[in-house]
Amino acid sequence: MRGMNRRACALCWAILLAAVLAAVYLLGLLIPDEAVAGSFLHAKEAPSLAHPFGTDALGRDLLMRTLKGLSVSVTVGIAASVISAVIAVFVGIAAATGSKRLDALINWCIDLVMSVPHTVLVILISFALGRGLKGLLIGIAATHWCSLARLIRGEVLQLRAQPYVSVSGRLGKSGGWILLHHLLPHLAPQFFVGLVLLFPHAVLHEASVSFLGFGLPPEQPAIGIILSESMRYLSTGMWWQAVLPGLTLVLIVLLVDRLGNQLQMLLDPYSAQE
Amino acid sequence: MTQEKEALLEIRDLSVSFRRYGRGLGQTELNVISDLHLTVFPGEVVAIAGSSGSGKSLLAAAVLGILPGNAAVRGHMRYRGRELSAERQRELRGTEIALVPQSVAFLDPLMKVGRQADGHRKPYPTGKRRALFRRLGLPEETERLYPFQLSGGMARRVLVSTALLAGAALIIADEPTPGMSLEQALEALSMFREMANEGKSVLLITHDIDLALAFADRVAVFYAGTTVETAPAADFRRGPEALRHPYSRALWRALPQNGFQPAGGFQPYAGNLPKGCPFAPRCPLRTAECEEKMPPVTRVRGGEVRCRHAT
Amino acid sequence: MPLEARNVFFRYHRKSPWVLENRSLTVGRGERLALLAPSGYGKTTLALLLAGYLQPARGEILWDGKPLPAKGVCPVQLIWQHPEKAVNPRWRLRKVLEESGRLTEDRLASFGIERAWLDRFPRELSGGELQRFCVARALLSGAEYLICDEISAMLDAITQAQLWNVVLEEAEKREMGLLVVTHNRRLAERIASRVVDLSEEPAQ
Repeated sequence: MRGMNRRACALCWAILLAAVLAAVYLLGLLIPDEAVAGSFLHAKEAPSLAHPFGTDALGRDLLMRTLKGLSVSVTVGIAASVISAVIAVFVGIAAATGSKRLDALINWCIDLVMSVPHTVLVILISFALGRGLKGLLIGIAATHWCSLARLIRGEVLQLRAQPYVSVSGRLGKSGGWILLHHLLPHLAPQFFVGLVLLFPHAVLHEASVSFLGFGLPPEQPAIGIILSESMRYLSTGMWWQAVLPGLTLVLIVLLVDRLGNQLQMLLDPYSAQE
Repeated sequence: MTQEKEALLEIRDLSVSFRRYGRGLGQTELNVISDLHLTVFPGEVVAIAGSSGSGKSLLAAAVLGILPGNAAVRGHMRYRGRELSAERQRELRGTEIALVPQSVAFLDPLMKVGRQADGHRKPYPTGKRRALFRRLGLPEETERLYPFQLSGGMARRVLVSTALLAGAALIIADEPTPGMSLEQALEALSMFREMANEGKSVLLITHDIDLALAFADRVAVFYAGTTVETAPAADFRRGPEALRHPYSRALWRALPQNGFQPAGGFQPYAGNLPKGCPFAPRCPLRTAECEEKMPPVTRVRGGEVRCRHAT
Repeated sequence: MPLEARNVFFRYHRKSPWVLENRSLTVGRGERLALLAPSGYGKTTLALLLAGYLQPARGEILWDGKPLPAKGVCPVQLIWQHPEKAVNPRWRLRKVLEESGRLTEDRLASFGIERAWLDRFPRELSGGELQRFCVARALLSGAEYLICDEISAMLDAITQAQLWNVVLEEAEKREMGLLVVTHNRRLAERIASRVVDLSEEPAQ
């Protein structure tokens, strides 16, 4: 991407990534269940032209399963990071604009949630809610808002100290009006960057918790499940069952992370003009 | 005055521009400083006076080589007769050329200010620094405070002391006095004056023309990214007849003590400077040529001026 | 309807020293009062108190004998020293003016504002031009008192004179009260009808 300026470069990344994510999601939906049906005739086949990712012990095509699994991952990732980011905005604003006591309470909660390793918390919440997609989603959404909330709180505190915000009050504008017109538009960049950077975390947590058996049910074609199944056959030399789906997941996560960093550089006032 | 001596700092046709994004994907060049001329001789205080936000501070950053990454510099800067390369800037800054920065944000928030003023010079010039703090009216316990515990005026005085301690041959002071009381400002500036009397040089960047006139040997009037006139400070005290550029005269007439008469029009913004002389749209003397081409620098009555019609 | 600070005390934290101690000050309608003091005398704090941005710890701020209204448009408007901080950097200037409620474009000329500026962003204007918008915004809100806290300290002399001509003309036209905070004695003497030097006038 030489010869392009940073903004154009970031835009290309965004388009590329959106296309990849949409393709993965749609493929997952469009692939019929027959395509991932088992066939003992083709069990445990190494990657070939017919089955680029090989097949698993039940003869299911791993490429199809990986794509379906990624589709689930992307859904969970997007839903969980959107919910998390929205929670973060509300909590952050409440902490910054509410009473001192509320601020202290929220900060205490943030410290509490952050002091427990995410994976453990996600497992606990997901388990308590009966596992499955719902439990996993809530578990991930409920644990990932903390650092973004803290960021937003700081940002709002700083904004509220700006003269133009207090001028607005003296011009007769209400707190709600100021929130809507002065504060929220300023938070949009933080919100989007935070959202994009949350996505890889959410996806990886989904996969790891499913891998450990506390997330999605085993019949669902999820990356975590595929990886967990692969463990049983690794010793028999079926490397493809672990390596190829795993690599695909890493690739998606890296892409999103790259996009998040590009966005951050563009929106951060200190590096935006470089 | 000191014209016969070799110049300490000589700036010729300096332009500083920034590449930045407009709307959409395009990038534009934003000229903030254009074709600036300035000479500083040993033993003098030169003030650059112009309104805030007009890019004066960028001149300091350009001389020291600390502009942000998206800035481009053109033109010549010579220090003691030799070209000021990036390498040489790195070598000289902090030792030969010292900066009094504009804001308290330039202090390390996690370091006590006494230690910070000493810098990395070994042995620490503690005694000298204490004497300096005393002269600047900083109480003895100041050295044990952290930057956030200082008032604006105190922080500025600490910044001034760091530059004075460097023992540099050239001090560039960027708005050193706001927040100080009149007495403190006078004390700080008289220390600059003393330094100049000892043969060092001071480049004083300020928006306060009264201050510039009171302490500088020469004043460079900064307008729309360039110096339109460099004149002995005494000329400003004498009145508009002694000045050369129509903007300097208009500036003189607009001072509260001299009539408070504003000239019409606006100082052009860095993004849309006129093609020719930046003052042409407001100038009573303008001719077609002024609107076409930037006038060259000429010497008139012992000053430098960028105007075809200067007398 | 005078604007009055009566025996005002103020400090920023419960443990810090008083910034203002028992300070009283009255500005009448149509009066132009200049407040002169070196830094550290709480000039800006007093300005913030009089415009209702801060509440005194003790004492009262009275407008027409009553405390300043807590809600709605404040009849006392403050113009800040740094205009670039007093306008939302993401707003076009048209929106900045609209925030005061009544933007009538035919009045722009009398504020020294060019119509083309309305569609620009704050960073596309100079400090002097932005400060005119801050003045216009305060005037459009229908203020009866303007408090000008070093509003021209960062401007060149010509822009300073232009700005003050606008302010003085409007203030006279509407018989407003002006409180001018400045460190520049010559400026104070040029524009004010009365000069108070806080450093010479000890607290009662």
